[in-house]
Amino acid sequence: MLDFTFKILVTDALLYLLVTAIIIFIVYARKHEHLSAPWRQIKNKKLAMSALVILGFFVITGFLDSVHIRQEIKIDNTSKNQQQVAQYSNEVLSLLDLLLTKMRQQTEKTYSAPFAINSFTKEVADGEQGKPVLYYPRLKYGGAHLQAQDSRIYDIGKRLLWALFWTLSVLVFCILLIAKITDSKNNIENKHINIATRLKNIISGNTNTPWLTILLVMSIPVFFISSIAELGPYYHIMGTDQVGNDVLYKSIKSIRTGLLIGTLTTLIILPFAVVFGITAGYFRGWVDDLIQYIYTTLSSIPSVLLIVAAILSLQVYMTNNPESFATLIDRSDIRLLFLVMILGVTSWTGLCRLLRAETMKLRELDYIQAANSLGVRHRRIMSRHIFPNLMHIVLITVVLDFSGLVLAEAVLSYIGVGVDPTMDSWGNMINGARLEMAREPLVWWNLTAAFVFMFILVLAANIFSDAVRDAFDPRLRKA
Amino acid sequence: MENQANNNLLEVTALKTWIDTEGGIIHAVDGVSFNIRPGETLAILGESGCGKSLTALSILQLIPKPAGRIVSGKVMFSGENLLEKSEQDMREIRGRRIAMIFQEPQSSLNPVMTIGQQIKEVIPDRKNKSSVEINKDIVGLLDSVGMSDSVRRINEYPHQLSGGMKQRAMIAMALASKPDILIADEPTTALDVTIQSQILNLLARLKKENNMSILLITHDLGVVSQMADRVILMYAGEVVEDADAVSFFDAPRHPYAQKLFLSIPDRSKRKKKLDIIPGIVPTYAGDYQGCRFSERCDKAWDLCFQERPQWRAQEKNGVRCHLYNNTLEPQETSDKNIEQGLITADEKQDKAETLLDVKQLKVHFPIHKGIFRRVVGHVKAVDGISLKIGRGRTVAIVGESGCGKTTAGKAILQLIKPSSGEVIYDGARLTKITGEELRQLRKNFQIIFQDPYASLNPRMLVGESIAEGLHALKLESSKAAIQTRVKKLLTQVGMPVDSYGRYPHEFSGGQRQRISIARALAVSPDLIVCDEPTSALDVSVQAQILNLLNDLQNELSLSYLFITHDISVVEYLAHEVAVMYLGRIVEFGTAADILDNPLHPYTQALLSAVPVISKTGNTGYKGDSQVLLAGDIPSPSKPPAGCHFHVRCPQATEICRQQYPAETKTGDSHTVFCHLFESDEQH
Repeated sequence: MLDFTFKILVTDALLYLLVTAIIIFIVYARKHEHLSAPWRQIKNKKLAMSALVILGFFVITGFLDSVHIRQEIKIDNTSKNQQQVAQYSNEVLSLLDLLLTKMRQQTEKTYSAPFAINSFTKEVADGEQGKPVLYYPRLKYGGAHLQAQDSRIYDIGKRLLWALFWTLSVLVFCILLIAKITDSKNNIENKHINIATRLKNIISGNTNTPWLTILLVMSIPVFFISSIAELGPYYHIMGTDQVGNDVLYKSIKSIRTGLLIGTLTTLIILPFAVVFGITAGYFRGWVDDLIQYIYTTLSSIPSVLLIVAAILSLQVYMTNNPESFATLIDRSDIRLLFLVMILGVTSWTGLCRLLRAETMKLRELDYIQAANSLGVRHRRIMSRHIFPNLMHIVLITVVLDFSGLVLAEAVLSYIGVGVDPTMDSWGNMINGARLEMAREPLVWWNLTAAFVFMFILVLAANIFSDAVRDAFDPRLRKA
Repeated sequence: MENQANNNLLEVTALKTWIDTEGGIIHAVDGVSFNIRPGETLAILGESGCGKSLTALSILQLIPKPAGRIVSGKVMFSGENLLEKSEQDMREIRGRRIAMIFQEPQSSLNPVMTIGQQIKEVIPDRKNKSSVEINKDIVGLLDSVGMSDSVRRINEYPHQLSGGMKQRAMIAMALASKPDILIADEPTTALDVTIQSQILNLLARLKKENNMSILLITHDLGVVSQMADRVILMYAGEVVEDADAVSFFDAPRHPYAQKLFLSIPDRSKRKKKLDIIPGIVPTYAGDYQGCRFSERCDKAWDLCFQERPQWRAQEKNGVRCHLYNNTLEPQETSDKNIEQGLITADEKQDKAETLLDVKQLKVHFPIHKGIFRRVVGHVKAVDGISLKIGRGRTVAIVGESGCGKTTAGKAILQLIKPSSGEVIYDGARLTKITGEELRQLRKNFQIIFQDPYASLNPRMLVGESIAEGLHALKLESSKAAIQTRVKKLLTQVGMPVDSYGRYPHEFSGGQRQRISIARALAVSPDLIVCDEPTSALDVSVQAQILNLLNDLQNELSLSYLFITHDISVVEYLAHEVAVMYLGRIVEFGTAADILDNPLHPYTQALLSAVPVISKTGNTGYKGDSQVLLAGDIPSPSKPPAGCHFHVRCPQATEICRQQYPAETKTGDSHTVFCHLFESDEQH
């Protein structure tokens, strides 16, 4: 009998849907040369693959954080209750939460600096002769295992060495794995080469796919993860926030929020943009006028205004109907979903315009005319002739929009209309840091942690999207 | 080639330009040598992909970098090797001593600068001149290239000029600094035939006046014949023949040259199959053993595949072919020759059953203006044309660009809604039928397009493209049946069956055109509208497609509506010809009527503007025999009053300015719309 049950949040379900869609797309693309060729080109680019590796770690983290469970509550009085109805905790935890249990549970009283073993703020205690004394108390968890303060550096160093050891072991394992995998691919050149030569090729960077670069880039997050595993339970690596929560844990938890906003929004954008864009461009006339009217109206309203209105009305609804939302996490999840939807509704117009213009160009092409003269129906012309020829634009836009949306979340949370305040997100962290920046001495780690995580994600996404655009842009491909 | 070295203006020796591609290094120009003497026109002739343009660009060090690089060779110009010059020194040469004009006047002019501003930039020594002087220079240049209204043109933008005018402006820019050599890269390919003859005459005149040399790059044997003093023929990066024009046109020596002449369609080959050169120009990555033409040559024998032929010079001329090696006896040729023979049993003069009847067809596009998109006028693209196509017959619509011939073709197929008039196909009035009923009728008439690159969906397999009509009209039910049908079609148009599962980008232009034909044939139509199906193809490939169309007509008794601007194709293929000018048919008759006895002044001008391949070579001015048309085609939104042609017509009279001429029958099958013939009948 399992001692937990799965809890699928709405956004989780959508994410699973998206992942399925991506897998289906990959299978489809493998069969279609015009889709798979650009990806093969990306595969051989060093910078793009480095960005992809980093993105991959973010995605895995986000995905682990999207598998939610409720643990069984162990109750002693089972004897009374013969029916043995399993009781599950109201607390919804993700796989990531379970992996980082220590970091999650070890909360201090309030602020503490990175790797600190004493609190950041002074406390009053009764000193000798009943005089109140101000002092920095030891943290409850951070460095609690240390006897003397001096041994801290030594302890951290020792643990980092262990982390390095783990990293190297993972790398060695990966190299062997890659050497094995490249063998199974029926690459004619590689077929007769033994494993030693292949290893040499990988290490000397003499492979089509830049394995050496990938491995080197990969070693950074791997080292980071093993450091967390080594140091996380004993120190607050990035300090703690006002209520004593581990900042690093919060930053990692924020990855899911950022990713969901960046990806799920496109799920909302795509049907609007594709259907409206193609029909407007293909049929012209009054259909075009109507759709143009809709999107010019929509894009002339400031999108922040729309988002504020939508989020506030949702809040009112949630306060009036508390019974619909069982738990806190349900509430914040619905709010996230709503934000994603409203962001999607306000941002499909750009892609729609692009697709409409491109469709208008395509519909005049000879092969569309030929299809017309062969009596092919409109729906089929749009789906078979026009849509596949727009695919590259869709792909480029989706990837380029991703980083913009991650940043949009931060801005919206900062002005208070973003995700739920209880939800971990970089925007909320930055919002919280407003007051911390005004403190003396400065509490810098909250802002820094949010900034570093967001920066790495957005940078990786931008580099990757540049590569995607280059690979799919027909004008660049010719050059 | 090496004689008279001192006399040469430009000497190119063993020039090699390579291009790096993903597939390897392409030897695009591989050891090209030639000389240009002062005042001489040297034509570089060859199909696309032979390295003609790249040779010219290499001379000026303008090759696309970093993909292309000049590997070796010498380009001696007034005692200096241009290839050793720095970029800064080259700038002194380019545009000043060696000028260049390009094929697309459209893209060679900056759309946001006036003509005057653009010419001003190339006026030599302009810093020491006052603006009045510069303006005078510009007007002088524009006058010298025959630009009408030159003072007004200075302040006009490129989009306000017609294609011919733009090319004149380009030539004016090239001439600004009185260059010694003018490199003209396909200067007339994008222009209509009447405009082409204007430009060619202009070039010939300027050459004489300025004693300038011209390096003319072209694929058109007619243009070469009219212009060149000397010809070099290029094939796959090599010069295969170098001869003075007279001997080249009198007796071409290289098999490739001979084949090129044979593959040009004209009247004398009317009942015969065109002699084709199988395959396409290869692009060899890396070195190639043997003669590059060997794979397409029907005179090739073993040696041709093994050893690259040496250059054989004879007096001034030379050729690169083993056939002219005196020490070798040509062995028996492997017989790759295609069957030659009569293809049509006879040309039926009797009236065939009428398949398509077009009556007073009009297509007017409204011109909207203002906020309320008021209709302020119409572009009368097609303005009342009537014609009949018999079963198994080919009717050609001939005319210059903008005359509405393509619109007419699409309107007949109901791809564009006609404004008025009737199209009756086999008893069905297409103009009255809509929706599902029309969709079902569509299998009877199909269309083939001009641009082989735009006519196939790049994202669909060739097989899927061909099967599309079968799916849409539910002509075959099972998947297997469709597949067999498609494979049969592929064989029918001469494509390998395995093209079924490949994408269009893997095929050459000619092959794609075959696939388009297969797609049209899939629904077994009776009528195919061919919209310039060969004008984007090389001569040798054009011959292949024309042969295929001819074969299919005989096999399936198809009717063609052949839309073209190319008179030689009309001569070869058409049974009846309709000449269109500005949306209307000005003359209609059998091919013999129109070509032997053109009545309408426009038809006469059109026919005489076509450059003729004459055996005597450089004809320069054609003199009196040529009816030179002045000016451009007027805009179809504002056609001139009276006869549309009177503005350009050399024989226009008062009545032509007032009244559009009525139809005049001058023979059984010959009708003409012209006042010149009308009067005879009235009296």
